[in-house]
Amino acid sequence: MSREPRVECRGPTQSAPLDDLNPRSSALGRYVSIYAALLKNSVAREMGFKSNFLMWIVVELLWFALQVSFIVVIFQHTENIGDWTQWEVVLLIGASQFIQQIFQTFFLSNCTQLSELIRVGKLDFMLLLPINSRFIISLRQVDLGGLVNAGTALMVMVYAGKQLHLVPDAWQIAGFVFLTGAGILIHYSLMFLLASVSFWTVRAQGIVWGYYSLFNIARMPDAAFRGWFKAVFTFAIPMLLVSNVPVKLLVQRLSSPADILLLLGMSLACLAVSEVGWRFSVRHYTSASS
Amino acid sequence: MIAVNKYWHVVNIGIQNTLTYRVNFLFRSVFGLIPLFATLSLWRAIFEGRQTSVAGHTLASMVSYYLVVTIVDALTAVNEDDWQIATDIKDGNISQFLLKPIDYLTYRLCLFGAGRLVYTAVAFLPVALFIVVQRNSFVLPATGAIWSWFLLSVAMTALLQFFLSYTMALLAFWVLEVSTFIFVVFAFEYIAGGHLFPLDILPPALLKFLYFTPFPYQLFFPVNIYLGRTTGVALYQGLCIQMFWVAAAYLLARFVWHKGITKYGAVGG
Repeated sequence: MSREPRVECRGPTQSAPLDDLNPRSSALGRYVSIYAALLKNSVAREMGFKSNFLMWIVVELLWFALQVSFIVVIFQHTENIGDWTQWEVVLLIGASQFIQQIFQTFFLSNCTQLSELIRVGKLDFMLLLPINSRFIISLRQVDLGGLVNAGTALMVMVYAGKQLHLVPDAWQIAGFVFLTGAGILIHYSLMFLLASVSFWTVRAQGIVWGYYSLFNIARMPDAAFRGWFKAVFTFAIPMLLVSNVPVKLLVQRLSSPADILLLLGMSLACLAVSEVGWRFSVRHYTSASS
Repeated sequence: MIAVNKYWHVVNIGIQNTLTYRVNFLFRSVFGLIPLFATLSLWRAIFEGRQTSVAGHTLASMVSYYLVVTIVDALTAVNEDDWQIATDIKDGNISQFLLKPIDYLTYRLCLFGAGRLVYTAVAFLPVALFIVVQRNSFVLPATGAIWSWFLLSVAMTALLQFFLSYTMALLAFWVLEVSTFIFVVFAFEYIAGGHLFPLDILPPALLKFLYFTPFPYQLFFPVNIYLGRTTGVALYQGLCIQMFWVAAAYLLARFVWHKGITKYGAVGG
């Protein structure tokens, strides 16, 4: 799917929440208040294009329905895929959509816009701000439509869970949320790393687009894969862990905590690699314009 | 003769312009193979440990299906053209075409053809390698006649895809953001055209209904000709219907253009 990043529109610039920048306020509090200002900006911007905002939600919903109907059609002809049953796979699709949408809400457009920031020279301005550069570049926009879509995904998950007669206890839910966070961290780290390539080539678009095809793998049951493909997408690009492990926790199919540890370990590793890549890129950055 | 010459230049320009995107195309085709491989693995897992076929498909024919889909898609899919057309309208760039003795639809069709040519050339290597790896399941058309019917149908598929995308992009005369509309239509093409799975695994009633829409003729139909699953009367009938859809899409494109140009205000031109 060749999705262009959305048109960037400048919202009203509000600086009010930055008033309390006195040195005594804690660093964390400062970042929280900055993020609140960014969030407020994003809401204002989205509401400026209401019908567009709603249309994007419809588009995402349609593509999600398409994924689910693919599974429903397949299960007209088979009882299971590996050791996964129909509703388990629907739960998996829901979970992977949930993870993807949360990732989209907070990170995706910021990552895809990095190449544009570099091309027009706006990155210089970002780097000069008295704030962690990676923080402001990764989080400056919030895509609220993603939250709505994540809600739909959650409803599909609940429905699938009902079909499976799942009654998760509080620990399972907490564990699921935690592992989901690790999955989002993996998506973010890898996407940010890919976006950093645009320091060298302006046409990083193709690469960023390519990441979209990886989402397709995240929603597949891991039992469908073996050999080198499974190894690559578990240990190098851990797509087969991102949503499979949290769902397996919910349906109690984890025989040992090894998978959980692997997911957590891989998410930290991805974050570390992306940080190294980012620092390396910034060190070699020579401004584009001016 | 002069007219042919003129548009031949456009094709040339198109080839040179799209050549700058060759690395992008390479990434696109290589990355595109990853989900393809994943889908094939999914079907392998489904066929594993079962003797029966899935709606008449064996594992080999299923794999062939997806491989031929990839080839037809490389040859016919509209990729950047609709965005560019919409941008031309939005930014007022089409004003210059209104002043020149050039037909915008033919002009865009030439660029589309050039783009497909370059894309196919770039994607050839990764896709061919992939097919070699899967060669056990890959079949070539049985006869020369099938080859020619297949190529004819692919050409019509390309035209159909182009005219429909062109019409969608012309919505930019009326709305500011056409991308959402394009994605909605794309979603239907994706599932009802047979990208996601061969349409004949659907319930027969649903399949019958789909054949009343243009979607199967945008991908599923030529692939089926290639695989020798559409033959005899059904083949000729299908080709006629496909021709009908191409003509209808062409007329629609002309009509919408006419309406749009009447309304056009040359913003920013």
